[in-house]
Amino acid sequence: MSNLWPRVEPLLAEVEKPARYIGLERGSRQPEWAPHKAAWLLIYPDTYEIGLPNQGLQILYEILNERDDALAERSYAPWVDLLAALRARDLPLFSVDTHRSARDFDVLAFNLSAELVFTNVLELVDLAGVPVRNEHRGDDDPIVLAGGHSAFNPEPLADYVDAFVIGDGEEPVGEISAVIAAHKARATGGRFGGPREELLHELATIPGVYVPAMYEVSYEGRDIAAVTPRYPDVPPRVAKRTVADLDDWPYPKQQLVPLIEVVHDRLNVEVFRGCTRGCRFCQAGMITRPVRERSAEMVRTMVRDGVARSGYDEVALTSLSTADMSGIGEIIGGLVNDQCGTGQVSVSMPSMRVDAFTVGIASEIQKVRRTGLTFAPEAGSWRLRQVINKLVLEDDLYAAVDAAYGNGWRRVKLYFLTGLPTEMDADTLGIAELARNVIEVGRRYTKQASVTVSVGGFVPKAHTPFQWFGQNGVDELERKIALLRDDVRSSGNGGPRRGSAKGNGGPVQLKWHDPEASFAEGLCSRGDRRVGRVIERVWRAGGTFQEWSERFQLDRWLDACAAEGIDPEWYVTRHRARDEILPWDHIDAGLHKDFLWDDWQAALAEHGLPDCRWTPCYDCGVCTDLALEHVVASPLAPAGGSQGTGQEWSADAGDAAVRFLGRKPAGVSASGDAQ
Amino acid sequence: MRGGAAFPVRLQFAKYGKIRWISHRDTARAFERAFRIEALPLTFTEGFSPRPKVSFGLALSTGYESDEEFLDVSFREPVELDELPARLNVALPSGIEVTGAVELDERAPALQEVVTALSWTVDVGRDHEVALDAEELRSGVAALLARDEVTVTRSRKGRLVDDDVRAAIRSCTVVGPAGDGTVRCELETSTQPRGAKPHDVLAAVMQVTPAIGPLTERRVVRTHQWIERDGARLRPLDADTRPRAVAARAS
Repeated sequence: MSNLWPRVEPLLAEVEKPARYIGLERGSRQPEWAPHKAAWLLIYPDTYEIGLPNQGLQILYEILNERDDALAERSYAPWVDLLAALRARDLPLFSVDTHRSARDFDVLAFNLSAELVFTNVLELVDLAGVPVRNEHRGDDDPIVLAGGHSAFNPEPLADYVDAFVIGDGEEPVGEISAVIAAHKARATGGRFGGPREELLHELATIPGVYVPAMYEVSYEGRDIAAVTPRYPDVPPRVAKRTVADLDDWPYPKQQLVPLIEVVHDRLNVEVFRGCTRGCRFCQAGMITRPVRERSAEMVRTMVRDGVARSGYDEVALTSLSTADMSGIGEIIGGLVNDQCGTGQVSVSMPSMRVDAFTVGIASEIQKVRRTGLTFAPEAGSWRLRQVINKLVLEDDLYAAVDAAYGNGWRRVKLYFLTGLPTEMDADTLGIAELARNVIEVGRRYTKQASVTVSVGGFVPKAHTPFQWFGQNGVDELERKIALLRDDVRSSGNGGPRRGSAKGNGGPVQLKWHDPEASFAEGLCSRGDRRVGRVIERVWRAGGTFQEWSERFQLDRWLDACAAEGIDPEWYVTRHRARDEILPWDHIDAGLHKDFLWDDWQAALAEHGLPDCRWTPCYDCGVCTDLALEHVVASPLAPAGGSQGTGQEWSADAGDAAVRFLGRKPAGVSASGDAQ
Repeated sequence: MRGGAAFPVRLQFAKYGKIRWISHRDTARAFERAFRIEALPLTFTEGFSPRPKVSFGLALSTGYESDEEFLDVSFREPVELDELPARLNVALPSGIEVTGAVELDERAPALQEVVTALSWTVDVGRDHEVALDAEELRSGVAALLARDEVTVTRSRKGRLVDDDVRAAIRSCTVVGPAGDGTVRCELETSTQPRGAKPHDVLAAVMQVTPAIGPLTERRVVRTHQWIERDGARLRPLDADTRPRAVAARAS
């Protein structure tokens, strides 16, 4: 087995941030290799700084290394400088733990947390010395595996990834290890001791594992006619895996502590998984249902042990909406007690619910470093927030902002989407108006009040009610951003400002995501198997690190589409019909397609849907089919919570909006609940 | 911070192997975490973003190793110094090893001001897989030392500046082949008014003798740091410190 360190190290003097490649983090392992073990290389297909904190990868790293039949090491995409140096010297991808060649591993397992990393997956498989297409891999090549949220539409990578794990990975990685270890034990020659097809077939029978080569896709013209399993024991639909009780999986127990600065550089403790707020644009919320809370006692233990072991002075309680955790107040109280005496440890909630209660909690736990707070109202008008089911009242936002400035925060960041279904220019311009009102609230406390508005182009995702929606094209998104930019620039933001497209210097700073990147993301997120060839062409033309704006060029994607005879607009901007077979219909996220369609229709009718944790079931399908229930400690709505609990907004919505805007927002009367 | 109650300590540590690729700042953060992991009684700066009172010595360039690095830290109360290195070594990343701890005089001047000379071992090589000849390097070094001034363009705080490197070189001796096609030099440099890194010294050699071709530093180890005072050379663990007995008694 190879240790590539002596050959890699001389290259490090020439590259940016060489510590990306050395391993040695607290919590990292040097697993013991043995011929019978399934050896996993867990790969995050983006830079170390983005990949290292990924909790999914760290959880699997620990679980696999605790098993007798498996071991796991890690790798991250080498930045372009090291990539070029490795290619020039014919050196392969390596693990950061023991600097072994990627080919030494039996499984190359990719974390897919976004679609624009797809070209990097191909780059890293190729760098590993493994054929990029499934069909070209031989019996002795490693198995290429992928999981994560973007695996819920696996089709664009179906010709490049041997097997996908759908849903929570904690349990299936053990089952996959057992199958691979058994094949290795039987092997008298070669890696797996038999034909690759046999191993893949067996993997395809593991619940939650999707092996695309086991399915035939047929077309009628451009449309998909059917997706059919090639063997009787391969399921026609692959149902996602779901861990029922998070307390059974208290991972990561030894969170990696990086030596260089990374994103989310703090102790992260997952307090619950899943979300039933029902935001219709949010794939994460839809595919991770039902809600499963960790017990308060375990949260407290994980925080206490994690801080003591890692030396971190910041803890984040992570989830899709942490303020919704049952008994969050008591949990916070316990944490504040625990840190008494040691001091200097701050706690944060990265996903803030937009209300004063949440800010109150934040101010209780974040005694120091109150620099900025982030809220995500997502849309500029109450009408549109009902469409997307992000039921934040303007009252909630202003109360949250008031509490933030009142507690010493000076900067507020607001996240919005544009290009949402039914969005009109009045909705887009509502973003600027909200921002100005937020500044006004802040000015009561400080003259320096500022707000950063981040606008992303909406990309519809699989398994959401918006999966049928035709995404806004590049021109339309650019027009909306220009509209917003001009409005921010010309009204009450220091007057018109030449050469300052972002309104720099004024109290409202506008930032936006590149609409061209949103277009490519849209192609990948709702693409089918035929889109794979486009991804391959983009990769072959040098299109790696497409999440990085300086590395992204839409022309590469359009050229690749042209060369493959693919009309990208058909995939990106086209509205889908109800009866169309969607490329991911054979992947079962637990949500009934009828539920999603009804929710899509409710969206178009501007009809909001309260959170099902505290209201009757809407029969989305997840709980009933999984024979699970929401694992929540309390059947009561969270303290101080308003949005989506069905308790306050439905009665007061109109009043609240009128009071702040001085006009009745369109759409309130269209919602039956609002009157 | 808390008047007379503070317990200032100077730590000596080594940095070897893969860990040499982390920066000076990363090393500082690793220490701050190690102090917290061991729940040591740190003192903190005042203000909105309190930082632990830790003062790091002269920066070591990313990629360089060292036998002797130093940092000064102020504890709230006495700490058992005999146990301190072992406690920290469990909490520090592998490759960073604390090798000494002494109680410091409260009025000790900052390391960055009083360390005036540095000793280095530098293994010099060619770019790739071509051996460097010791005699060739020896004559290059001799040519450099024969000059009174050699101006090299280097990056300082993000700006390109022209500095005289020769003035900072106290001695440079070519020892001989060190394996893997490299040649070993023993180098001593000043830190004031303007220091010179081994990298700058090689740049100066290449500038004075262009025919020598590209040289790279394959391995650089800082071997000593010197405090020069009243004609004597002191090791930082022997300067501005309190007698050991006091420290041991106090805890």
